[in-house]
Amino acid sequence: MQYFSFRKMSLLLVIVLVVGAFGVIGTASAQDDERTLNILYWQAPSTLNVFLSGGTKEIHAASLVLEPLARYDQDGNLVPYLATEIPTLENGGISEDLTTITWNLRDDIVWSDGTPFTADDVVFSWEFCTNPELGCSQVQNFNDVENVEAVDDHTVLITFGGPKPFPYGPFVGAQSPIFQRAQFQDCVGADAQSCTEENFNPIGTGPYVVEEFRPNDVITYVVNENYRDFPEKPFFTRVNFKGGGDAESAARAVLETGEFDYAWNLQVEFPILQAMEANGIGTIISGFGTSVERLIVNQTNPNPDLGDLRSVFEADGSNAHPFLTDPAVYRALSMAIDRNVMAEQLYGPTGRATCNVLPAPAIYASTNNDSCLVQDIEGANALLDEAGIVDTDGDGIREKDGVPLRILYQTSTNALRQNEQALIKQWWSEIGVDTELRNIDASVFFGGDPASPDTYQKFYADIEMYTNNFDGTDPESYMSNWACNNIPGPDTGWLGNNIQRSCDPEYDALVEQMARTADLEDRAALAIQMNDMIVQNGWMIPLIHRGAVSARRNDLEGVLMNVWDSELWNIADWTRAS
Amino acid sequence: MATVAKSKPIKLDDVEPEMLKSNSLWSDAWRQFRKHKLAMIAVFVLFFIVAGVIIGPFFWTVDPEHIEITESYSGMTTIHPFGTDSLGRDTLARVMFGGRVSLAIGISAMLIAMFLGTLVGLLAGYYRSLDNILMRITDMFLSLPILPLLLVITLLFRDSLRKIFGPEMGIFILTVTIIGALGWMPTARLVRGEVLAVKGQEFVLAARSIGSPDYRILFGHILRNVFSPVIVAATFSIASAIITEAALSFLGLGFPPDFPTWGRLLFDGKDFLTITPALVIWPGLFISLTVLCVNFIGDGLRDALDPKMRK
Repeated sequence: MQYFSFRKMSLLLVIVLVVGAFGVIGTASAQDDERTLNILYWQAPSTLNVFLSGGTKEIHAASLVLEPLARYDQDGNLVPYLATEIPTLENGGISEDLTTITWNLRDDIVWSDGTPFTADDVVFSWEFCTNPELGCSQVQNFNDVENVEAVDDHTVLITFGGPKPFPYGPFVGAQSPIFQRAQFQDCVGADAQSCTEENFNPIGTGPYVVEEFRPNDVITYVVNENYRDFPEKPFFTRVNFKGGGDAESAARAVLETGEFDYAWNLQVEFPILQAMEANGIGTIISGFGTSVERLIVNQTNPNPDLGDLRSVFEADGSNAHPFLTDPAVYRALSMAIDRNVMAEQLYGPTGRATCNVLPAPAIYASTNNDSCLVQDIEGANALLDEAGIVDTDGDGIREKDGVPLRILYQTSTNALRQNEQALIKQWWSEIGVDTELRNIDASVFFGGDPASPDTYQKFYADIEMYTNNFDGTDPESYMSNWACNNIPGPDTGWLGNNIQRSCDPEYDALVEQMARTADLEDRAALAIQMNDMIVQNGWMIPLIHRGAVSARRNDLEGVLMNVWDSELWNIADWTRAS
Repeated sequence: MATVAKSKPIKLDDVEPEMLKSNSLWSDAWRQFRKHKLAMIAVFVLFFIVAGVIIGPFFWTVDPEHIEITESYSGMTTIHPFGTDSLGRDTLARVMFGGRVSLAIGISAMLIAMFLGTLVGLLAGYYRSLDNILMRITDMFLSLPILPLLLVITLLFRDSLRKIFGPEMGIFILTVTIIGALGWMPTARLVRGEVLAVKGQEFVLAARSIGSPDYRILFGHILRNVFSPVIVAATFSIASAIITEAALSFLGLGFPPDFPTWGRLLFDGKDFLTITPALVIWPGLFISLTVLCVNFIGDGLRDALDPKMRK
């Protein structure tokens, strides 16, 4: 009897296990097929608090949860999100003297925890970012903001220090989202870095909430049931946001194997992409925004002998770079580069040679530096010879005041970037400059970890290369990145966007002037002037105007490639073709 | 006594002439080794590869770093027998240059690992008092994950070594030291086991009874008798060092990106697998062949040096 029952029991157990296993597999795969969206970003986000990280990957990942008052659509037009309409001069939202802007908030928005979204949260987001102890990465959006005030629960009045012709900096675009006061009120200032729970699981108004956040790895989102359009939108109930890997395998995962639905920033040599797209599983989508692959020229001395003073800006110029601040050197470095060969050979239709840091929109694009499009090695050599920077010890490398022109040139690990490095190294060797190349894993390089010596902010190298861009269509806050007060250093926790550590009062004056100038043409002239200063002073050497290249699986619908805001800006509208 | 006297004394003339030649350990081993067909083939292939990467660049004088954009993605032609990469750099020149580095890393890391491993094994096996502590240290090292450790150490010491030795040499020393310093444990265990077996034998007792000091017993008597497993372990250790360096380069770490090693060539080439497979095939083939050959030679040596396995 006992034996019999044991047999019965074990049989039952086996049946339960088998049925259970199949049941789980069955439901999981049904979900996988239908309503789970798999996104692959080969740089993994390290936080969702965009005020603590200026990285594009963090901004995009956060845009599923946190929303601004208005976004830019795929054509660069403003679309209200948490506001009822875009304030303009015509509808009275912007005052006649251009010093205030009034946002009317929607009254049907609740946070994902069910509490109502009010003007107070908007005010808090301003206080949060502008707290001087935070070192907010997005502080440039709040330039000239004197006060943000909640007129009533659903009206926000922003007052600027002077006339603000383009008042859509604060709370517009994925870079300037609204945080919930209730959640973050104890995380202000220097405490914000340690608020892990809050930074990983921010309460937002967007279509998704974070279910699990594994920094530098994977984020799992589930649908926000308090979202304003729920349950009609979003279509996808789960989003797996996988980070890591490299651009090439990300492209493969969408275009060749179809494991993922969407992959971002496919900086892969174009012939490879083309061959992958031929499989017919996915489509390459691209758009030209403001992205420019550029060389950042360190204005400070990165010599390891300096210890804590490495790449630290000193206002008195005592820590200036030994040779990269010499006009002959940075001009020669730029002249030696054949940008057209780089664009054609490596980028194909996804990149164009450029001589500007600010290549778009068209009215802001300077034509004053276009001579750089033609490579001129002889001219570069002559320039260096004239400046007396010649090879004195016969080793083939020029010296300036006894310091040999040896350059440590770093960038992120990416086959295409390593090829760019190899090309530039060869051209520079032809003008007597010795280049040491270094590549750093992208998640470290762009990771922003203040403890790592290899981040782009610390810039422990002479020259580094990456792409930068800005969201939206107005370059004012972007250009203000390179003002003196934005220089990263140990006192700011290495936050700040003036990576090259350039400081010129003339440039700061232009930044200020632009903030006060209303007329669009005057603003364009100022932007061009700033762009020319950056290029002609050798703070940056622009290389390629890059199209944003992403890939989507063919059955993913509703994707609108957006180069002015987060690429995932309209994720609530994404669906899967059946 | 009488029976002994009766037996005919052996005269030297009666012995077959070849038996007169004294047989040293090495000549015996060589005779045995030659019977191992795979090992013999491996010796020739490895010799060919080593000669190729050492002597090759003197005949094939193309600069491995020279970029010729117009020649990019060239197939296997007479100008570029192994093809070119996306920048038109010659793959043959790069494979030869990369081979020098990879082989140099393999051999230097092996020497370090063998030195450390043998020393620890000898001491642990011979001195009972040291045995426990040394073997626990060995266990501890065995449990260290090599790649993460390499990453951390690279980060910590890269700048100081770069300053002293320059970027390439600095990374070379770093890589070799770490791979070597983390590869001695299997050898140490092996040697300790052998020492334990050997030190109980009569000749060690004899040496001790005539008052030989410890170091002479250790290095003069015991070491000689445990040498064959060390040689075998050495070959395997070369292979694993080459593979570790390849893994490091494959992760995009280690040497500067323009400094070709076999692992780096593989890493750079993998994206182009569908366009020009030659970029991956050649370095991949040489890594596999070298490691395979070294392993076969090790296999052959083990058979040859072990008297019990001799036929």
